Amino acid sequence: MKFTSEEILETVGMIADDKLDIRTVTLGISLFDCADPDPMVCAIKIRDKILTTAEKLSEKTDFVANEYGLPIINKRISLTPLSLVVPVADPAAFLKVAQAVDEAAAEIGVNFIGGYTAMIQKGETAIDRALIAAMPEVLSTTSCFCASVVLASTRAGINMDGCYTMSRIMKETAERTASQDGIGCAKLVLFANPVEDNPFMAGAFYGPGEAESAILVGVSGPGAVRHALENLGPKADLGQVAEAIKKSAFKITRAGELVGREMARQLGVSFGNLDLSLAPTPAEGDSVGQILETMGLAMPGAPGSTAALMMLNDAVKKGGLFASSSVGGLSGAFIPVSEDASMIRAARAGAISLEKLEAMTSVCSVGLDMIAIPGTTSAETLAAVIADEMAIGCANNKTTAVRIIPAPGKDVGDSVHFGGLLGEAPVMAVSRISADGFVRRGGRIPAPLRSLTN
Amino acid sequence: MDRKHIIVTVIGQDEVGIVARIATTMAASGINIIDINQTILGGEIFAMTLLADRIKSELSLPEITAKLQESVADMSLKVTVQDSEVFQYMHRV
Repeated sequence: MKFTSEEILETVGMIADDKLDIRTVTLGISLFDCADPDPMVCAIKIRDKILTTAEKLSEKTDFVANEYGLPIINKRISLTPLSLVVPVADPAAFLKVAQAVDEAAAEIGVNFIGGYTAMIQKGETAIDRALIAAMPEVLSTTSCFCASVVLASTRAGINMDGCYTMSRIMKETAERTASQDGIGCAKLVLFANPVEDNPFMAGAFYGPGEAESAILVGVSGPGAVRHALENLGPKADLGQVAEAIKKSAFKITRAGELVGREMARQLGVSFGNLDLSLAPTPAEGDSVGQILETMGLAMPGAPGSTAALMMLNDAVKKGGLFASSSVGGLSGAFIPVSEDASMIRAARAGAISLEKLEAMTSVCSVGLDMIAIPGTTSAETLAAVIADEMAIGCANNKTTAVRIIPAPGKDVGDSVHFGGLLGEAPVMAVSRISADGFVRRGGRIPAPLRSLTN
Repeated sequence: MDRKHIIVTVIGQDEVGIVARIATTMAASGINIIDINQTILGGEIFAMTLLADRIKSELSLPEITAKLQESVADMSLKVTVQDSEVFQYMHRV
């Protein structure tokens, strides 16, 4: 036979038992031809473009999943940042367009659509200000439109005024969605150095340098990687562990490559890129934290977690890059707290703190992700937490992000429940030492030096 | 494309007649078997992997899966069917 029984059973087991899946097929759609100073006309143009371009997304995704026998979990859409498309500095215009986008997404049958995005790493335009002003209302009145704001980049430094503004927007958004534990904030990501071809939500937007429309595929499989390490046993040294991760990543990426190419062919659009990110879900076993446990840490957050995560993230990238010429997006390991059963356990047990998570984000693919903190956390403290995370991305020339939920009426020891893929999380403690004076200075932290770095 | 290869796996409790039922169902569905491997794992778990061509079959992949699963419905077996390209991509550079 062309394949050995072992190879076949390994693949079947990866899908059936280890929950290897194509996490998302995201269709990127350029909206540049939809700009119009009349908000009503702009909203209609955007709605029509989404409905036309993504008309067959759902049908073709199901077809490809069935044809290959590979599960595809989510269908999503990412859009050109709205701040580049709606040429009106009026919050009401952004609200109108956002509602049209949300309706179009519901009609197409996608569970998230990204692109309520402004890029203010160096400063805000009047249009950016209007988009941000409408953000709490957009996030609390629409169901699947996700927002992101770029606050920092290695070339521009950190917009500290932006950090402070966004901390207040986060708190207002949480308050407006208090009845659902502040779920509005789960749809809001703050970035340093974002990638423009990320298929994963909530931070996906379709960058201005991309094609008219393209298929962006996000593959995941933390369970498959963990299984490979379990087979290796506890005596294998870390070089062998890295090798096993690379091999798993290679196989997982190849499955994504196959689906991406076929999806692009079926929809008649280009194949944008493949993002191999170990993205956990609350399902038992589908966990990045459990990979760290299999490596020999009693819980994520133990000393050694940063080193283990660095190795995991790096080995995933190395395996993925060999498997596909189209690797892009974030490609690495995500460590969202509420979406990972092992991370939730570690947070409940007090094994992992906000500070340790921050350290771990310096070596993994994103940042402080899906972390609930007390609703009483001040806007100044929240802005300082955001700025710290932006600094890690800025200085290390990598993407970092903040998706924190200041849960209204909740304190340390309580839990928030979002349900579905967003999961649940214990509320984590935030340092009570004040950063007020630093945050209130405002201004911009200049871009860091890229040489003489020691 | 003049061929459409699929890989069928059947795993579960060993019993008399599994191969016969799977092969009969495939023949009735117009699917040509190219190669079969069958072993008993650990002395009791039946594991069969089978390469076949479905170019002459009008059934979709989920329909083939359903038909094969149905043919062994009274046995403790799990049937999966996938396009062979999945294995080609994952196991061959």
